[in-house]
Amino acid sequence: MTAVPPRRAALIRLAQGAALIASGGMVWVYVLRNQARATPFALRPPGAQPETAFNALCIKCGLCVNACPYDSLRLATAWEPKPIGTPYYVPRQTPCYMCEDIPCMRVCPTGALSPSLKDIRDARMGLAAIDIENCLSWNGMRCEICYLSCPVKGKAITVEQRPGMQGIHARLVPVVHSSHCTGCGVCEKRCPTQEAAIKVVQADLVKGEMGAHYRMQGREAVTPVETPPAPRRAGGGIPGQDALNMGVSP
Amino acid sequence: MTGPAEDRTPAGVQRPVRLYVPPPTLGGRLWHWRYLILRRVSQLGVLLLFYGTAHWGWTALGEPLLSGNLSAAKLAGSVPLADPYATLQMLLTWHIPATEVLLGAAIVLVFYTLVGGRVWCAWVCPVNMVTDLAGWLQGRLGSGNVLHLSRNLRYSILALALILSPIAGMAAFEWVSPISMLHRELIFGVGMGLIAVAGVFLFDLLVLKHGWCGHLCPLGAFYALLGRAAQVRVALDRDTCTRCGECIRVCPEPQVLNLIEAFQRGFVRSGECTNCARCIPICPEDSLAFTLRLKVKKTQTEPVH
Repeated sequence: MTAVPPRRAALIRLAQGAALIASGGMVWVYVLRNQARATPFALRPPGAQPETAFNALCIKCGLCVNACPYDSLRLATAWEPKPIGTPYYVPRQTPCYMCEDIPCMRVCPTGALSPSLKDIRDARMGLAAIDIENCLSWNGMRCEICYLSCPVKGKAITVEQRPGMQGIHARLVPVVHSSHCTGCGVCEKRCPTQEAAIKVVQADLVKGEMGAHYRMQGREAVTPVETPPAPRRAGGGIPGQDALNMGVSP
Repeated sequence: MTGPAEDRTPAGVQRPVRLYVPPPTLGGRLWHWRYLILRRVSQLGVLLLFYGTAHWGWTALGEPLLSGNLSAAKLAGSVPLADPYATLQMLLTWHIPATEVLLGAAIVLVFYTLVGGRVWCAWVCPVNMVTDLAGWLQGRLGSGNVLHLSRNLRYSILALALILSPIAGMAAFEWVSPISMLHRELIFGVGMGLIAVAGVFLFDLLVLKHGWCGHLCPLGAFYALLGRAAQVRVALDRDTCTRCGECIRVCPEPQVLNLIEAFQRGFVRSGECTNCARCIPICPEDSLAFTLRLKVKKTQTEPVH
């Protein structure tokens, strides 16, 4: 066996070091991203920045937890299905009572809870979603507790009348409006069913997006869409006429 | 370069080498443990201030006394404090933080640069109590190391965390730090983070002595870099030291007690020294004491012939 030339030995050691750092780094980043993936299960304090910025900026100091006068907030411990050390609240236990002065946001030293939030009613911590199979009101009873307890009363949750079908009386049902719901979770706390029939989750988990091409008559100004010209058949017939409507008079 | 000690010792006088003898009385022992007791008071005191503020509503000047934890905190509602290493990782994610955390990090940075970077490790860090216990038990067990790691590995981990922070978009060490986990869960509610600390304990006890604090911890490495400019240092009296080596025996970072360098400079220069002061009471000749670096330069450092 011949001796390895010193330059080659040095290069090999360099490569070994790089491989060690790269493999260790990959495991490390995997662990980190795995933590970040748990984010949808945490309801953040008011003013929380979007997920990516929040994960980058939250230093996990717990100043917001100490500032909360209702002890709503807590820091996730390791192995909870939430990003470790970050603040969250569980509405069914203690919801956010929407302090006017937003003390949790004001003490945040890093801006993970952004001071750009001026009015607590503009907070979007989550969105209430109703399980209409278990909601008492949707089952024909007069409950409406969520509507009555809502801090953004009459706006985030309204009660609407559903006309009765044959043999069923009319119902007064709660409906959530994402334009005003802050996700505070007082409704979930107050809901009288054994398991809350109204729950606050992160909005993007339940909220859809209709798309701009659907035009709802009467709801918004209709922008005219240019209609493309009907295709002309190769044979030189009438535009728009094909095998399906050929020869049928309107 | 000749040994300056021999130069100072009167010719023909061979100083006898004495070893440490534990004092016979309890009072004497308590006096010998004075720095250990002070360190525990400091470590538990910091923990208590945070806990009392969070749970018992301790206030100062009508504001929360010490709110937050060791990652970031606010003293008396006005002085921000922040872990400078965590803040550096946060900055590297390229998200702009609020100025308060930057100011807090700057305050902490200046403080530890003055009093000795790794003073944090020996006098504040809660994991130190865990690893000290592991180190003490390890000495009792007399178990050998399973693993050999370089004490410079911590600097690689320090750098790696800085490289990974922008890649992951998160403060890479802060998210997995057992120090933060322990401190956070002691104050804000116990969880499985204590398992990570148990891992550190077992690693130190059975795998590698002083494994976490002395080989792996990047936060300690960060403070070690700061400590290079530290003012509070352990001074060595060159006239009385007999080089018995008792200090090196008890030191958790024995490489810092480089006696040749200490004899030249008159103090322990390495930033890896945690100012834990284990060495000071154990010295049979009382040759070691805390001092300020500036003071040493004026009175003791003379040209070495």
